[in-house]
Amino acid sequence: MTPVTAVSPIKPWRPTRRDYIVQCGILVGSFLASYLVIENTGFAGRLPLVIFFGIFAITSLAILSGMKRGKEAAKDAVMAGAAYTGIFALLLPVASILWTVTSRGTAAIYSGFFTTDMSQDPFSSTLDVGGIKHALIGTIWLIVIALIISVPLGILTALYLTEIKGPGSALIRFLVQAMSGIPSIVAGLFIYSALISGTGRGFSGFMGALALSILMIPTVARTAEEVLKLVPPDLREAGLALGATQWKTVALVVIPAAKSGLVTAVILGVARIAGETAPLLFTTGGADDTNLNPFDGNMGSIPFYIWKALIDGSPEAASRAWAGIFILMLAVLALFALARFLSRAKIVK
Amino acid sequence: MSNTEKEDGSMNSTATPATGTRTTSLGNVATASAAARARSEQPVGSGLEARNVHAWFGKYHAISDMSLDFPTGTVTALIGPSGCGKSTFLRTLNRMHEFIPGAAMAGEVLLHGKDIYAPGTDVTKIRLKIGMVFQKPNPFPSMTIGENVLAGIKLAQLKVTNKNDLMEECLERAGLWNEVKDRLNQPGGSLSGGQQQRLCIARSLAVRPEVLLMDEPCSALDPGSTLKIEETISELAKTMTIIIVTHNMQQAARVSDYTAFLLSDGGPGQIVEFAPTREIFTRPKDKRTENYVTGRFG
Ligand SMILES: Nc1ncnc2c1ncn2[C@@H]1O[C@H](COP(=O)(O)OP(=O)(O)OP(=O)(O)O)[C@@H](O)[C@H]1O
Ligand SMILES: [Mg+2]
Repeated sequence: MTPVTAVSPIKPWRPTRRDYIVQCGILVGSFLASYLVIENTGFAGRLPLVIFFGIFAITSLAILSGMKRGKEAAKDAVMAGAAYTGIFALLLPVASILWTVTSRGTAAIYSGFFTTDMSQDPFSSTLDVGGIKHALIGTIWLIVIALIISVPLGILTALYLTEIKGPGSALIRFLVQAMSGIPSIVAGLFIYSALISGTGRGFSGFMGALALSILMIPTVARTAEEVLKLVPPDLREAGLALGATQWKTVALVVIPAAKSGLVTAVILGVARIAGETAPLLFTTGGADDTNLNPFDGNMGSIPFYIWKALIDGSPEAASRAWAGIFILMLAVLALFALARFLSRAKIVK
Repeated sequence: MSNTEKEDGSMNSTATPATGTRTTSLGNVATASAAARARSEQPVGSGLEARNVHAWFGKYHAISDMSLDFPTGTVTALIGPSGCGKSTFLRTLNRMHEFIPGAAMAGEVLLHGKDIYAPGTDVTKIRLKIGMVFQKPNPFPSMTIGENVLAGIKLAQLKVTNKNDLMEECLERAGLWNEVKDRLNQPGGSLSGGQQQRLCIARSLAVRPEVLLMDEPCSALDPGSTLKIEETISELAKTMTIIIVTHNMQQAARVSDYTAFLLSDGGPGQIVEFAPTREIFTRPKDKRTENYVTGRFG
């Protein structure tokens, strides 16, 4: 028997340190070169700098791989560079928005910001009075009620289209697609003219949630349909072959298999409505005081708060608007994180 | 649907209505050719029996006039070239065929003498009694290994007193227990292909079917797993009826008591020959069977 020598695991497919140094060198070099171009030619500003940097970096990386491994490798490097450029072009505005909102959104936040509303103070008053309590409560109500209405309806619609495939599926699919193109203000006007105007009923949070549901249902339904279509038909057959009814198969096999995708559908639905302002104007009426009852009386919401602060015009009101945007962003992020956490909690028993 | 006329026609050509008044011993049933028996008005067996089964996909007539008898406690192999309708036939036997859009069928499939296609039949009970193992392993991805075995209990809302015992028993019978007993909480998809297939067999066994349909259960497996599954089949056959589709002649010879050779020459698939396995492989009556089993086919 040959003695077994200790072998430590390595990853030979990883780039070596030398590769990293060369690549960093190229990136730094490209940056310097584009900086020089900006300084010495008519181009000026940040955008040309970024564009030149991209061009220089991609070309030199392509030339490098081309010299090392030939023409196909050069094409490969160009495509990889294009993909990196794409993700950069995507992340840049996102990062910029996050940064702007965070840096400007904190000025108006003080110890009483979450415990007071705007019923006593105008939006132009100093930043140590008033708060967002009424709007936060309103938005939570709106999202919760819209979720309660839209998630079951949207997912049931998707199940009808993918599992039952019943009569009218094509027409329903078409209508859902058409519905997802409805401008949000139309959804608000629809609820207003159908359920509020001339009926004796007043504005309320519930009416706002109905208008938001019109926007949310098609998003949830379409995404959920796409996700359910990805569940392999084998699994459905396996469930049915075990003597399950179709409903049991859907509930215990299909939906769990599509769970994380369905959570995504719900998240996209919430993202669709969380910032909507226009449909709320005709349905919740907007409010500056706290209203805990979503079924009676005008109700505030964060988008309405932002909108009202923006049209006020004073610098204090502008700070309040930024704070509202900041809180809305945090609330939506928290909701997404919660949804992801809940959908992942399985399996690790 | 669009095949009602055809259905009526083949109903008329069925030799006898399935009245349960005739009796025979199992021995008789087991020795006679099922097709011949159905025609000669022999009594109803206690296992599964297909009578003049046809199947269509839309307008396409996939299998024609298949009559076979599967007595309890026997293993029947279905062999034949690709596309001759083996899977289609198998799927008519536990009413999985009807899930394909545009599908139609004619004929009767009798379980203990009762037509499983008769109006008013509870189809979920039928599939509970006639289990199925698919060609591609398909464990439920959202469930652990243990949950996969017991999935049928949950899906069909059955009651069992001791779930752990049942789980162990089924995994044991599927020849998988030793390999997974320490990792029952891992996802079913974490097993190798062969292990997944045995997991699917264990899953089918948990609802205690009387008949098990297996569609090329070993086509993705290594010789070792194949052997294990074949041992499982022999073990299961003591108490169940097994119908297995296979492209592997040796496998058919090893595990089955009877073999049916199916063929489609241009038209719909038909049964060319049905006989005890030894006869099919040593002295087939039909030239086409001989060519196929000796590997001289097309
Ligand atoms: N879903 C379907 N829609 C339309 N035609 C089908 C469908 N499934 C099978 N067929 C046709 O029915 C015939 C029989 O198919 P089947 O799957 O039963 O063959 P098979 O004997 O199982 O073949 P294999 O050994 O390759 O699995 C084939 O001609 C096939 O093209
Ligand atoms: Mg097949």
